[in-house]
Amino acid sequence: MTFKPVPAPVAAEVSLGDAFITTRVDAFINWGRRNSLWPFPFGTACCAIEFMGVVSSVFDLSRFGSELVRFSPRQADLLIVAGTVTYKQAPVLKRIYEQMPEPKWVISAGACATSGGFYDCYCTVPGIDEIIPVDIYIAGCPPRPEAFIEALVQLQAKIDGEAGKEQKVVGV
Amino acid sequence: MKVLTPKGEQLELLTVNMGPSHPATHGTLRVFCALDGETIVASMCEMGYLHRGFEKMVEQGTYTMVLPYTDRLNYCSAMMNNIGFCKAVEKMFAVTVPERCVVLRVILCELSRIIDHLVCVGANLVDLGALTNFWYFFNPREAVYKIWEKLCGARLTNTVTRIGGFYRDTYPGFEDDVRAVLVQIEGAIKDVRGLIEHNKIFLDRTRDVCVVSKEDAISWGWTGPCLRASGVDHDIRKQEPYYGYDTYAWDTVIGTKGDTYDRIMIRIFEMLESISITRQALDRLKPGPINTNDARLTLPDRNRVYHDMEALINSFKLIYEGVRPPPGECYDATEAANGELGFFIVSDGGTNPYRIKARPPCLTQFAAFGPMTEGTMIADAFGTLGSINIIAGELDR
Repeated sequence: MTFKPVPAPVAAEVSLGDAFITTRVDAFINWGRRNSLWPFPFGTACCAIEFMGVVSSVFDLSRFGSELVRFSPRQADLLIVAGTVTYKQAPVLKRIYEQMPEPKWVISAGACATSGGFYDCYCTVPGIDEIIPVDIYIAGCPPRPEAFIEALVQLQAKIDGEAGKEQKVVGV
Repeated sequence: MKVLTPKGEQLELLTVNMGPSHPATHGTLRVFCALDGETIVASMCEMGYLHRGFEKMVEQGTYTMVLPYTDRLNYCSAMMNNIGFCKAVEKMFAVTVPERCVVLRVILCELSRIIDHLVCVGANLVDLGALTNFWYFFNPREAVYKIWEKLCGARLTNTVTRIGGFYRDTYPGFEDDVRAVLVQIEGAIKDVRGLIEHNKIFLDRTRDVCVVSKEDAISWGWTGPCLRASGVDHDIRKQEPYYGYDTYAWDTVIGTKGDTYDRIMIRIFEMLESISITRQALDRLKPGPINTNDARLTLPDRNRVYHDMEALINSFKLIYEGVRPPPGECYDATEAANGELGFFIVSDGGTNPYRIKARPPCLTQFAAFGPMTEGTMIADAFGTLGSINIIAGELDR
């Protein structure tokens, strides 16, 4: 078997023709990260039922490349906290966040996860940002599915602006 | 972990945590089990991961302000909780709501029961590995949500009732929308039954799994579909009829064995009965007042408020102070989607409830989960957990 020698590329990109696209490494990595977010739904309460609606046929989150719901934190890069987090649940949430590999993002869905909601009580955490960093907050009790989708689109825009080569390190 | 059997043999067991964050535990349950191979030898349940202080929070507001909290007990069928709570407070006042309100509450209750069962059965089948059914069931559920949105603006947590009636009357075309959605639900049930009824995998994984006998179910204090699956003919709608349930033509669905198969199938057939009740109720829905005319509960007409001093005071007192049930205690229960949903209310005559105790149907069922799964395979335990339909909101409150 013989191989044809590949001609050495000419210095200018123009000569490459239509077969190549040139881009920055950052932009390329971000493009990949943005369009294949694998969510871990940390659903505890009512918002989780609404999240089930978001992934089902009518709203169909897969249109935004984020339908591959993973229930193992080690396979996910987007943590969606949907529902009330109590003080009993808080260590679990923190541990799950820590188990997720970098890069990772967090969406806080609904009033309870964002601020404790109307449970101003001895047992509820007043917002998950007390324990883990949050990228996007969604308002609503529970948020409408459109709001979930808007949050995802906003997160994608945010990822686009990140320095993709660098590890997104938080709290180190 | 090494243990000794009663016969003196040494057994090597593996201890495993299921939950609290596990897809099949639906969020917030923890089951700690000891496994011999894949068989569960001993299992222990832990709850409380979603304890949001319902009973403490509701003491801080008026009776009307309790309603949004009741939404979030069983969030799969929020309206049934609203109606159950309002019915209990109305019992304290000894008022009867108008005929249109009663019939409308029956319609909303039965539609809520249907969408609750849709989620329960759909999610349960996902736990068993059958994802298609979930999509089939969620489409009609979204159609019901569209009706809820038109009715009150919210999809999930509706707060649609008020003590003594409703937030507002239905919109034009409500009856047609409900009739259309009933046809859609019937279609979905037909599709799902076609997929599972003769499916060997489904039958093998649910038949004779986690059988709960009649006696055990009663002794655990079970209510609702799970109790009926064990063969006990008990439905509050039949035994202690309210809202004229005894005047509708419908049957209680009863299982024969009490296995996971019965618990799933009961819900599917109950949906068909609920569809029948809803259709009968729609025929009875006649125009009329939606709220009771008791001045202690219902806001006066706005025209009167602007021209009549008494009505102005009445409106002012109801909005700023809220309703004041007479001092005393009251327990009232309705048949919610999961079973008996009861509210025990203590009033000291003031505007805030002195104490409200919710009796959730899930609690007794989850208490039995540990013992009933002992001796089964770990994979079957998940299927069983779905079939007893634990909703953490009302379990932990």
